[in-house]
Amino acid sequence: MNMYRSHVLVCAGAGCISSECKSVQNALIENININGLSNEVKVVETGCMGPCDLGPVVMIFPDGVFYRKLKPEDTAEIVTEHLLKGKVVRRLLHQAGENSDQAVTFDQLDFFKRQTRIALRNTGIINPESIEEYIARNGYQALGKVLSKHSPQETIDFIKASGLRGRGGAGFPTGLKWEFTARAAAAPKYVVCNADEGDPGAFMDRSILEGDPHSVLEAMAICGYAIGAEKGYIYVRAEYPLAVERLEKAINKALEYGLLGKNIFSTCFNFDIEIRVGAGAFVCGEETALLASIEGKRGEPRPKPPFPAQEGLWGKPTVINNVETWASIPPIILNGPKWFSNIGTNTSKGTKVFALAGKINNTGLIEVPMGTPLREIIFDIGGGIPNGKRFKAVQTGGPSGGCIPEEYLDTPVDYDSLVKLGTIMGSGGMIIVDEDTCMVDLAKFFLEFVQEESCGKCAPCRIGTKRMLEILERIVEGKGKVGDIELLEELSQCIKTSALCGLGQTAPNPVLSTLRHFRDEYEAHIKEKRCPAGTCQALVAYYIDPKACKGCGLCSKNCPAEAISGEKKKPHVIDLTKCIKCGNCKDKCKFNAVFTS
Amino acid sequence: MKTLEELDSLREKLQADMKIREKNNNITVNVSMGTCGIAAGARETMKVLIEEISKQNLKDITLTQTGCTGSCQHEPLVEIKKGADKVTYIKVDRKKAREIVRRHLMEGKVVKEWTILD
Ligand SMILES: Cc1cc2nc3c(=O)[nH]c(=O)nc-3n(C[C@H](O)[C@H](O)[C@H](O)COP(=O)(O)O)c2cc1C
Ligand code: SF4
Ligand code: SF4
Repeated sequence: MNMYRSHVLVCAGAGCISSECKSVQNALIENININGLSNEVKVVETGCMGPCDLGPVVMIFPDGVFYRKLKPEDTAEIVTEHLLKGKVVRRLLHQAGENSDQAVTFDQLDFFKRQTRIALRNTGIINPESIEEYIARNGYQALGKVLSKHSPQETIDFIKASGLRGRGGAGFPTGLKWEFTARAAAAPKYVVCNADEGDPGAFMDRSILEGDPHSVLEAMAICGYAIGAEKGYIYVRAEYPLAVERLEKAINKALEYGLLGKNIFSTCFNFDIEIRVGAGAFVCGEETALLASIEGKRGEPRPKPPFPAQEGLWGKPTVINNVETWASIPPIILNGPKWFSNIGTNTSKGTKVFALAGKINNTGLIEVPMGTPLREIIFDIGGGIPNGKRFKAVQTGGPSGGCIPEEYLDTPVDYDSLVKLGTIMGSGGMIIVDEDTCMVDLAKFFLEFVQEESCGKCAPCRIGTKRMLEILERIVEGKGKVGDIELLEELSQCIKTSALCGLGQTAPNPVLSTLRHFRDEYEAHIKEKRCPAGTCQALVAYYIDPKACKGCGLCSKNCPAEAISGEKKKPHVIDLTKCIKCGNCKDKCKFNAVFTS
Repeated sequence: MKTLEELDSLREKLQADMKIREKNNNITVNVSMGTCGIAAGARETMKVLIEEISKQNLKDITLTQTGCTGSCQHEPLVEIKKGADKVTYIKVDRKKAREIVRRHLMEGKVVKEWTILD
């Protein structure tokens, strides 16, 4: 064994990759070599650690010191001061706010402190390309345990007793799904991993696949044993090439170690896994469309029942689960169902991964117990809204979900409480919007998305969402008519009840939900030709408040239309006939003197 | 991989390398590496400690470094902590380092004559 006295973990999640973590890593290695530390210090590339907007981030063990926003130039100091002399480089530490203390180690960050990581237990901590590191963190123990100590039915009972519900959207009890498939008479049976992840703003599945691929493989094999299947498929979108590459490596390593393949753990259980790369159509995430796509057919949904548990892949009984669902399985087997069901709420057990995006300070990936209040997620872990703006709403469940306004921030987040508010958990994407977001425009964004992604098989979805979109477009352009809201509601109900698959059935939800909580914004657009958020271009006019204006001239410098004039140190004015409503002046003014009608 | 026992023993072996990323390590060996420490040969001490600990396949040990602890005349300093117990060795050269691994870390005996009382 070769001992290292320090491990330097470099996050190579998607966020950090886009902030150039690679060059930081290379510079680190170079400096470690220059200082002759390469036999003492090990550099490990990990999957996403979570706090994406702080990237590139590095954690140094044994202490767990957390450095953020690193540049290649910073690495020399980290090596000579920290790694050589044991002195923390304070200027590279994270500080949450002006008045807060610097966090030295990662567990001093509110971001990490409040998390409970089950599905993400290894993501950001291990090298995803090393099966050895996975094994060292109890990897494949759960598979070994069920194969050598438990019957398939006992395995299913574990999952049932844990209360785990599917993390891919609908929240169906996972154990029950396995049991239905196990009991189905036909053979062979199949295990499928849904890694299509089409929701805008969601990236938890990607992070797990890229950061801890073996956890998914192990869980699929456990399910194969439980339901009597020998073959698994992972359906992953082509936009995730790194996930595909790491999965391939992981499968090969697992085969090499005899953890997949024939006679696993010397039993008569055989299991192997193939990857199928999807073209990245949102509807292909819908389970029946996904199965069709694996079979080589067009990725179009079909009516249910029969459910995949009865007639799935090639008409055979199939378990299809989401990536995060899979990643939760091995710890449940190892720690017992009680351990899991003690976390969370009455009807929603365990933890949920959320991807925080939009107008929030700490964008990134977090995992918290079910039932954690929204306020804690958005303000304590997420660090609140940037630039002193007001929180307006959070969109959950992506295009199938809806928004939650401020008055419900203390709601504990679980499957059922979200449904009560007119939205859904979905895959766990949370898009936070502030006072500058127009809710009609937000609804339009999601409707545009589903309209484009509709497979076109059924008329309500194909034509109905198009009609709805046209109405929304009219409203934001100031051409809304009295009666439009009612028409939207009528179309919504009709599409919800008559569309063939989940895509169409949920497509109207963002509209219905914004109507429920922000109806006055729709009315202001239609009746007063006014956009309360001041963002619908056709409806806003920009003005300068002469009392607040200091005459600094920054706005006129940044006005592309030369619409602003005024003497230095005197109030400026905007010529509305020249103004092209780009909003530059409002963004640039340091004195909040520019306002919109 | 034929049996769960085989996986277990492989895991044990691999875990030694990962322990460093958990915070519940049993024993911490701390080499003081201020400029004074390095000048007095702390780098050599560190290297020998790594060598010996790897060679003996010792587990549950975190080897780390701190800055100057203020007793420059005693450098190189090596501090061994287990729970609340702390032993500080002074003027640890290569030979002493090797002995400390053998006697303190492996046999659990403090080498009194090389320590200072805190
Ligand atoms: C339009 C549409 C898109 C979907 N996209 C996904 C997806 O990207 N990933 C996913 O896991 N489930 C997706 N689902 C849900 C799946 O159909 C299915 O319910 C899920 O994969 C089951 O796994 P679970 O029980 O582990 O949640 C989608 C459903 C619909 C209707
Ligand atoms: S609801 Fe939309 S996506 Fe689903 S089958 Fe109909 S047209 Fe296709
Ligand atoms: S930037 Fe603001 S303060 Fe400066 S001239 Fe324009 S409106 Fe006035």
